[in-house]
Amino acid sequence: MSVRRLDPNQPDSFAFTPENIEWTKGQIAKYPEGRQASAVIPMLWQAQKQEGWVTEPAIEVIADMLGMAKIRVLEVATFYTMFNLSPVGKHFVQLCGTTPCWLRGADDLKAVCRKHIGDPSTVSDDGQLSWMEVECLGACSNAPMVQINDDYYEDLTAENFAQILEDLRAGREVKPGPQAARKGSEPLGKLTSLTTPITAEGAE
Amino acid sequence: MLQDKDRIFTNLYGLDGCTLADAQRRGDWSGTKDLIGKGKDWIISEMKESGLRGRGGAGFPTGLKWSFMPKESDGRPHYLVVNADESEPGTCKDREIMRHDPQKLIEGCLIAAFAMGANAGYIYIRGEFIREREALQAAIDEAYAAGLLGKNAADSGWDFELYVHHGAGAYICGEETALLESLEGKKGMPRLKPPFPANAGLYGAPTTVNNVESIAVAPTILRRGASWFSGLGRPNNAGTKLFSISGHVNNPCNVEEEMGIPLRELIDKHCGGVRGGWDNLLAVIPGGSSVPMLPKSVCDTILMDFDSLKEVGSGLGTAAVIVMDKSTDIIKAIARLSAFYKHESCGQCTPCREGTGWMWRVMERLAKGEAEVEEIDMLLDVTKRIEGHTICALGDAAAWPVQGLIKHFRPVIEERIAAQKAGRLIQVAAE
Repeated sequence: MSVRRLDPNQPDSFAFTPENIEWTKGQIAKYPEGRQASAVIPMLWQAQKQEGWVTEPAIEVIADMLGMAKIRVLEVATFYTMFNLSPVGKHFVQLCGTTPCWLRGADDLKAVCRKHIGDPSTVSDDGQLSWMEVECLGACSNAPMVQINDDYYEDLTAENFAQILEDLRAGREVKPGPQAARKGSEPLGKLTSLTTPITAEGAE
Repeated sequence: MLQDKDRIFTNLYGLDGCTLADAQRRGDWSGTKDLIGKGKDWIISEMKESGLRGRGGAGFPTGLKWSFMPKESDGRPHYLVVNADESEPGTCKDREIMRHDPQKLIEGCLIAAFAMGANAGYIYIRGEFIREREALQAAIDEAYAAGLLGKNAADSGWDFELYVHHGAGAYICGEETALLESLEGKKGMPRLKPPFPANAGLYGAPTTVNNVESIAVAPTILRRGASWFSGLGRPNNAGTKLFSISGHVNNPCNVEEEMGIPLRELIDKHCGGVRGGWDNLLAVIPGGSSVPMLPKSVCDTILMDFDSLKEVGSGLGTAAVIVMDKSTDIIKAIARLSAFYKHESCGQCTPCREGTGWMWRVMERLAKGEAEVEEIDMLLDVTKRIEGHTICALGDAAAWPVQGLIKHFRPVIEERIAAQKAGRLIQVAAE
C-alpha cells in the first residue's frame, strides 16, 4: 500500500464555486436518500479540479456537505492515489511505469521527465510542469503512454514526448491520443479485422 | 480466424462514428423491446445456453451469476453494477467499448437489469478514464433523450435509471466487493464473503457486479441466439473475446477474436508477429499481470482460452497478452509487477500488506543478483504463505507472477546471483 499524508502547508479555507455547488447537487442526486456519502469521490475530485489539489479545508467542507465524519473523508482522500495531497504543476504528468509500458520504453520517458521537468513530485520553477510515476493506466496496446491532466498521450517516444512537454510549457497546442499514425488501438498500418462494410448485426 | 460477420464490437477502433445513430445503424437497440418481452427466464436461460463466461478475469458463467439474484424483491431494491475499473496491467479493452461502442454496454445494462429485477444501475469507471467517462456519459444522455433509458425504457415497460460513477485510482476497486465499498463512499477494502453481493451487495441490497465486456456482448448474443455464440470457440470456452496485446510485438493492438485461437496465430495475424520474429520470443503473460507467465515452448502451441491456459498452470484472466522478447530482463519485468502489487495492496490483510512489500524487496535484489541462491526458495515459500490467505485475490495475484518466474526462469535468477558474486554484474546492472 502507499503511505500518503496531507501537505504540511495548508490554506486557511476552501469553498466550492457557485457552479460547483450546483454540480455537487446533481452528483448527490444519483444516489438513494441517505446514501449521499457515495458522492465523496466525485466531490473530492471536483475540489481537486477547482484548486489543483485536495486541501484539508476542502476535506472538512465536503465532510460537512455529506454529513460524514471528517476522518472518513480523510481516509478516502488518502486511500485513493489520484487525489493530489500537495500542489502539482499546471500540466501534471502521470507517467505509466508498469511492465507493459516499461517493456516499450517507459524508462526513456522517465529520463525525459527528469531532464525537462526535474525530480518527481516537484513542481518546475515556472510552475508549468510536474510529474510522477503511476501504475498501469489501461492503455497498454498504445504503450508507452502518459496522462497529462485529463488526456492520455500514447505511442510515445522520447523525442515526441519531449516536444509535447516543451509545447505545453510554451503554451502551444498539443494533440492528445496516439502520437503514431493511428486513431485508437487498431494495429498500425493495415487493419487485420473489421475490413468489410459494417451492417446491422443479425441482418439477413 | 474470426470473420467480420461474427464480430460483436464492430466499432472497436472508433473508425465508424460513436453516436447513438451510428450505433443503431450497426444494429444496436434493434428489437430490444421484443427481447425484454420474452421475459426474465428466457433471457437468463439464453445467457446460460450461450456459454458466456465472465470477461473480467475469473470466467464465472454470466447467466448463472444473473440467476443468483432473488426472483422477487423482499422490499429491498435490486442493483446492477458494472465493473469498468479496468486496471489489470496489460488490459485495455473495456476502454475501447466505453469510448467507441458505448451503446452496446448501455443496451446490455437495460437487458441485464430487467433480467435481475433492477431498476437502477451504476457503471463504476476508473478515475483515470476521464475522456472515456465523458464519452460514456454523453452516450447515456443520448439514450435518455431517445427514451431508451428512464421510465418505460425503450418502450419495454421496464423503468431503468443508469448512472456513471467513478473511482480515483485504486486497482483494488476492480475486486467486486471493494468496488461496492468504494461506491458507498468508503476506502476500497474488500468484504468477506459470504454474504455474496447477490444477497447483500450495494447498500446491503441484492446486487450483481459484471464486467463491461460481459454486459456489452449480451444484446448481440440474445439477438443472434445462444447457439450462434456457443458455436464459436471451444466447449466450455464459447464465443468471441477482446484480446489486448502489448509489449514486444510489431503492432500492439486490441482485437476481437474467437476463443481458443492459438496464441501464435493471434500475434502473427493481428500484431505483425513478435519483434525480431517468433524465435526471438522469451515469454508471454497471457491474461493480465496476475497470471503466471508462459515460456516460449508453451507459447508455440497454446490455445487462448480458459481451460487450455489453466491446464498449463496459467489463466486467460482478462485476455491481456503481454509479450516479452529475448531482450527482456525477465527478473526486472516481474519485479516491476511486484512493485505494482505492493503499491496497490489495500492494507487490510497482513499477509498481503506485508507480503507484497517483502516480495518486491527480494525481487529488486534478485534483479541485481544481490541475494543468496537459498533466497529463491524462501521467496517461493513466502508466495505460498500469501496465496489463499487473504480476503480477496490480490494476494494471489501478487504471488502468481513471482511463482511463474521461479518456475520457468530459476536458472536465470541463479546465474545472475552467481555473476554478482563473481563480480561480473557491472554489465547486468548497466542494462
